[in-house]
Amino acid sequence: MATSVLEICAVSAPDFMPSGDLRSLQLQRLKATVERAYAHVPLFRDRMKERGLAPTDVQSLHDIARLPFATKADLRDTYPFGLFASPMSEVVRLHASSGTTGKPIVVAYTQEDIDVWSSVVARCLAGCGLHRGDIIQVAYGYGLFTGGLGAHYGAERLGAAVIPASGGNADRQIMLLKDFGVTAMCCTPSYFVHLIERAGEMGVDLKKLPLRAGVFGAEPWTESLRRCIQQDTNVEAFDIYGLSEIIGPGVGCECTCHDGLHIFEDHFYPEIVDPESGEVLPEGCEGELVLTTLSKQAMPMIRYRTRDITSLLPGVCACGRTLRRIGRIGRRSDDMLILRGVNVFPSQIETALLQVEGTLPHYQIILLREHGLDQMEVQVEVTPQMFNDKIGALQSLQQQLQSALDHILGIRVKVSLVEARSIQRSEGKAKRVIDRRNL
Amino acid sequence: MKIHQISLFVENKPGHIAAPARLLAEQQIDICSLYLADTQQFGVLRLIVSDWRKAAQVLEASGFTIKVTDVIAVEVTDQPGGLAAVLEALDGAGINVEYMYAFPIACNDKAILIFRFNDPDAAIDRLQTAGFNLLQSGELLEK
Repeated sequence: MATSVLEICAVSAPDFMPSGDLRSLQLQRLKATVERAYAHVPLFRDRMKERGLAPTDVQSLHDIARLPFATKADLRDTYPFGLFASPMSEVVRLHASSGTTGKPIVVAYTQEDIDVWSSVVARCLAGCGLHRGDIIQVAYGYGLFTGGLGAHYGAERLGAAVIPASGGNADRQIMLLKDFGVTAMCCTPSYFVHLIERAGEMGVDLKKLPLRAGVFGAEPWTESLRRCIQQDTNVEAFDIYGLSEIIGPGVGCECTCHDGLHIFEDHFYPEIVDPESGEVLPEGCEGELVLTTLSKQAMPMIRYRTRDITSLLPGVCACGRTLRRIGRIGRRSDDMLILRGVNVFPSQIETALLQVEGTLPHYQIILLREHGLDQMEVQVEVTPQMFNDKIGALQSLQQQLQSALDHILGIRVKVSLVEARSIQRSEGKAKRVIDRRNL
Repeated sequence: MKIHQISLFVENKPGHIAAPARLLAEQQIDICSLYLADTQQFGVLRLIVSDWRKAAQVLEASGFTIKVTDVIAVEVTDQPGGLAAVLEALDGAGINVEYMYAFPIACNDKAILIFRFNDPDAAIDRLQTAGFNLLQSGELLEK
């Protein structure tokens, strides 16, 4: 059970590599990645040739800006195996996205890739203060989705005891949390909010359990949601970031300073670009996160457009890690809804709802077209904390929500108070937007 | 003197009162009085029941958003001026009626007024001094 300091250091050691060493390691790995992709991935080779580029043109980290971007469309167009740089005989794992818009995307891993993946997730968890002796429940879906197995392998690599609960069956999740003395939970933040709610109904006081950390990812969430979670439980909430196209969860994670997410830069190279022009933006500027894998074998990804909007944070984190940080991702460029010419992000709605005291958000956005005009309805479930049996009090709550939304969004939307649990719960990523416009 | 009333948030949609009513029926819980305050979009169903603790527990366990509030039941003669007499007794004490509802009792010429006051203790004091009969929940059930 005893955890030595050495053991913690061993997992996290690369996080503290001197910056100079880190940059030369990155350059060496970038060159190898470009060579590998050029040799084995026709799409990448063709795009390089179109630009008159050869792998030898990458001589410094700045040269990365000359390389072509990759997008999700590239993964779809080359479905299923077109971007693989390893023969199937070296591939040990395949994952695929849910494929809500047509064909799914497929990603591949060699044994070495799985090892890297496990180690970065272990470093995430170590950064959250977890170690051997912790009992970690993984409630991300196991299967084609990278969340479950990614968190699982990382937690095992850390040396923690892992409960592969997978998603779903909230009552059983709560039973496990309670009976097994789980100390950390890995799941989507919206699912954890659902578990808090369900635990309350079951009469289980999460504050009395040993549960002390939550590693939440796979969807954008807000600072105010963190406060809600931390108020209702003793759970310190950590934001973990990742995407299947790059490796899965474990591309970056918060440390106990909660001041941005450290990117595991020895394996992933981050850039921020202008989403329109594609031009690289300086540190501190908000733009689209672009990631390059530095050690992936089966499927190297060069300058992948994540669609996630964030910035590279200036300065060094108080934890002493030399890894650069990105700001928390509040929105994705493809989450954006355009309503009567105004850009609206679901995360803004969450912020507005949370501003109004006492609302732990179970909400849903419905888009409608009435008389040729787009309308947005925000449905908010009435929690026991919000509920007052005076009609006037409920109407004024509705008013407050309405004005918070009007203020933050800059457009008028309709707010509806709906019954508790009338909005469908998701067991994975929350489905916040229902589009009934039939566009 | 205070009666525990259960208030339930319901959406103003067909069938939305049936589910809680059925739950209470299954548990053999008797509804002594019921009032629905509504707006175009939602409503509040206010219930006084034979066993409020059990009702609250059953409804909460089924995911309903409820609140237990203290109300006061005043028995008056069902004739002109019955309500006015109660309100006059409260005059000048700064007691506000947050909401009220009333129902007659079929077997005699009495009516029962249910009040939610901003200051129930002061209201009880005033009404008892004025000689009004304030009902306990048990008495309400027998009516």
